[in-house]
This record gives sequence, structure tokens and C-alpha cells, in this order.
Amino acid sequence: MKLADMQRDFQSWLVDASEEAADRLSVHAAAGLAVYQNNYRTQLVNCLKHTFPNLQTWLGEEEFRNAAIAHIDKYPPHAWTLDAYAEDFGQTLRERFPNNPDIHELAWIELALGEAFVARDAQPLTLDALATVDWDNAKLRLTPSLRVQVMTTNVEAIWSALCEELTPPPSEMLAEAGGLMVWRRQFTSRLREIDGLEYAALVQLQRNGSFVDLCEMLVARLGEEDGVAKAGSLLAGWLGSELIVGV
Amino acid sequence: MTAAFSGYGLGLRREHYKDFLDTEVPVDFVEVISENFMVEGGQPRDILRRVRERHPVVLHGVSMSIGSADGLNPAYLKRLRNLVDEIEPLFVSDHLSWSRIGGFNSHDLLPVPYTHEALERVCANISQAQDALGRTMLFENPSSYLSFPDAAMTEWEFIAEMSRRTGCELLLDVNNVFVSASNHGFDALAFLDGIPAERVRQIHLAGHTQGPDLLIDTHDSPVCPDVWHLYAKAISLLGPVATMIERDDDIPPLAELMEELSIARKLGATEARRRAGEFA
Repeated sequence: MKLADMQRDFQSWLVDASEEAADRLSVHAAAGLAVYQNNYRTQLVNCLKHTFPNLQTWLGEEEFRNAAIAHIDKYPPHAWTLDAYAEDFGQTLRERFPNNPDIHELAWIELALGEAFVARDAQPLTLDALATVDWDNAKLRLTPSLRVQVMTTNVEAIWSALCEELTPPPSEMLAEAGGLMVWRRQFTSRLREIDGLEYAALVQLQRNGSFVDLCEMLVARLGEEDGVAKAGSLLAGWLGSELIVGV
Repeated sequence: MTAAFSGYGLGLRREHYKDFLDTEVPVDFVEVISENFMVEGGQPRDILRRVRERHPVVLHGVSMSIGSADGLNPAYLKRLRNLVDEIEPLFVSDHLSWSRIGGFNSHDLLPVPYTHEALERVCANISQAQDALGRTMLFENPSSYLSFPDAAMTEWEFIAEMSRRTGCELLLDVNNVFVSASNHGFDALAFLDGIPAERVRQIHLAGHTQGPDLLIDTHDSPVCPDVWHLYAKAISLLGPVATMIERDDDIPPLAELMEELSIARKLGATEARRRAGEFA
């Protein structure tokens, strides 16, 4: 048997439990093949449990396990790092729970916190560095660990309660959508709930970094005076949170 | 060839980071799982840098997939090279196994058939890896749970020829020899006799579990007496080799692992005295 054929049959056995593939590999290897399949599936389930501990509590162990098994059946791993396997779990959750944004948003938080933890290092900008900036042409660089997401539910309160092993509040839709922001300060990943305007401002800044474009967006929403003042206060807050790493 | 080195070490695991950063742990080297540190930044890289200031470090990979029929992943090699250049490890190792075919990655150490075709492919992949990393690599014999009917040689014959053709060195996992010998019914001593002793640069010791039909390489328990016995036999054949204990699950306090490592030290000292007497 050619090496490539054997490896494709092994893949079929692991992913689909194909009996035909198992027979071609070796008719006397049933116990060994079972060990490899068990290792394969256990490893992937453990990866998802490790990445989404609060989601597992929120869904309940059995529902989470069913979702994990459905994910493993539909999405075989492809990346060199096992950590990447968690990236697509949100897709399975959207398919299984199309009407539960709390679940999608909780999964986003846990995935984003993990990604931020190992994101590229970057030194935060100091206030001194802003002294000579030409603001008309300034392009702000956000920390590589920053991730933002629309928030439509009270997921931040749910996540916080789960982290503290308290009873989480029931899921609720927000009267007005806000945002979630995940980033890393020093070596600690952080989560913050932000309002819709700050979310829009960060998305705008992620687009091209232009401080002028950011001001224009805020002025369009708030008017000249309030818009410029808001740009200043947001910038001060982001600098204090170590979100800005270059200009 | 890698520089001569022998001594006793442990696998660095998250549970013991604080011990290694805050105290003087009396080991000669530590081994880390390469992929855990092939990240962009953050705390893992910082911890590894700080541990490296105190100890020689071995980079031990699980995802190179040296037996892949469709070659190696250049992006993986590039990331590993970056880590190697920064850490300047004692050894860089991976397993004689495969995990990737096409776009699929099993994240498990799957068995290589000991055929002439597989030998050609493995050797080509090792040469590619060693060129990409700019150094000699070590490859570990994995535990295996099935064998292929079209094998043309034994595992040790495959390993010996692989090492001869590529110049790669060997990481002898004594527990894996024991597990595979039990699962496939071969003589563990024949394995030890059959590999090129001068190429073995490092030894792994670990625990295993009895499954319903087979021994399973679980790394979740202390090294068992039979494996210690096989280790004593191995060092009598190989001489002093860098030795470490791998523990990946049910990880005990560091002091327990140090106690277990002291058994290896004692066996090594006994073997050194035997050799000194023999050559006196």
C-alpha cells in the first residue's frame, strides 16, 4: 500500500470511522485503530473544553459535549497547532443554536481572551510620545491583541458571574447593542464592555488608523463640539488602557 | 552533530512554572513542547526566555509530522526556526510519526509503516527539516498500537537506516520501547541492540496504562519498575545520555518528580561505577 493511500485511509478512519478504510489498513488491527480514534477525538474534545470553560458551564456538560462531537464530525482539524481548532467552533454553535446570541457572544469572549494571551507583543505608547504628533495626518496603531465584537446580550454579566463561580443572571437582550473589547495588558488578557459609540470608534480606527477619520465619524454622530471632545476622551482612555502602540 | 551533553532533566509544565522561575530547581536541563511556545508573544514566550536564562532548554515538538507523504509544512518550519534562533536549545526533537495529510491534521502521533517507500519519504523530510533549522535534529521512537502487514523491516532497522542516511540523532523513549514491545510482541532488548548507540543523545522516561487490549502511553503515572529495569539496560549499552522524565497528566508537585528523577541519577551513578571498574 502506498504511503499516501495509507495516510488518507487513516484520515478516513479517524474522521468518519470508515470500516472500508480500516479494513484496507490492516484487518488485524481493530484494537489499535480504536486507540488512535479515541486519542484523536479525546484530544479535540479536550481542546474545546480547555478553550471554552465558561461556555461549557453555561450550556451544561452534556449539551457542550454534543456540540463538540457535532463540531468534530463536521470540521476536522487542519492547522499545525491544536489551539487553532477552537477558532471555528463558533460556526457550529451558530448552526446548533441559531437563536441564542448569548452563546455566540460567550464563545467569542473565551476565544478572544485566548488569542489575546499569545498575540504579538507591542509596547504601549506613552503620553510623551504624543507631544509632537501632527494630528491632521496621524495614523494610530492599535495593540495587536485587540479584538472587538458587537454585544447584543448581557453576556458580560454572565461571563463575569461564571468566572467567579456565581449563579449567572438569565440571558437577556440589551435594549441597545453595545460592544465587547478584549486585549492584553502586560501578560493579562482583559475584557471590557463598551457602548455602541466606542465600539464604532474602534472599528473605524481598526479600518485605517486615521485620527481625522475618527473625528469625522464622531462629529457626524455627535456634532462638532461634542464629537471632537469625544475623540479626545476616547483617545485618553485608550492610552490609559495601553491600547495604542504607535502613531 | 549536536554538542556532547549528559545530565538529568524534566519536562517544563505549566503547574511548575512558578517553581522554575522563583527557585533554583536542581536539574541539568528542561524540555518544553515546542508548539506551546511557537506563538506570537505574551506570557509563554516570556516564561521560556526567563527559564532559558537559568537552564539549558530542549525543544521537543509534536507536530512536525516527519512521516507525511506530502512533505513538511514550510510555515511550521519557519516558526520553529524563529524559536530555535531565539532560545538556542540544547536539542531540537520530534517524533518518528505522522499527523498531517493534505489539509488534515490529526494532532496525534500516528504510526509510520516500516516500508522502503516510507523510509525514503521520512529521510527526505528529515533532510528538509534539518536544512530549514540549520542543525541536526533528534527523532523519538513513538509508542504504537498497530503494525502494518507490508512492513519490510523492524522499527529499529528503520531507525538505524534513517539515522545513517540523514545524520539525524535519536531520542530514545524507553517507555515507548516497552509499550510497543508489549503491544507488538517484540523483544525490547533487540530494539536497544538494534539502534545505533552513538546516535542516542537523549532518553525519555514516562508512565503508561494498561488498556483493555494494549498498553497505552499516557504519561500520567510514575515510571514503572519494568521501565526502570529497561532504562538500566539501555544506559549499560549507551553510556551516559541526557535523561528526563515526561509527565503530562495528573501532574504531581515538583518535589515528587525530583524524587523520581533521583532514581535515574542513582542508576546512572551505578552504571558509571560499573564502567569505571570495567575500564580500571
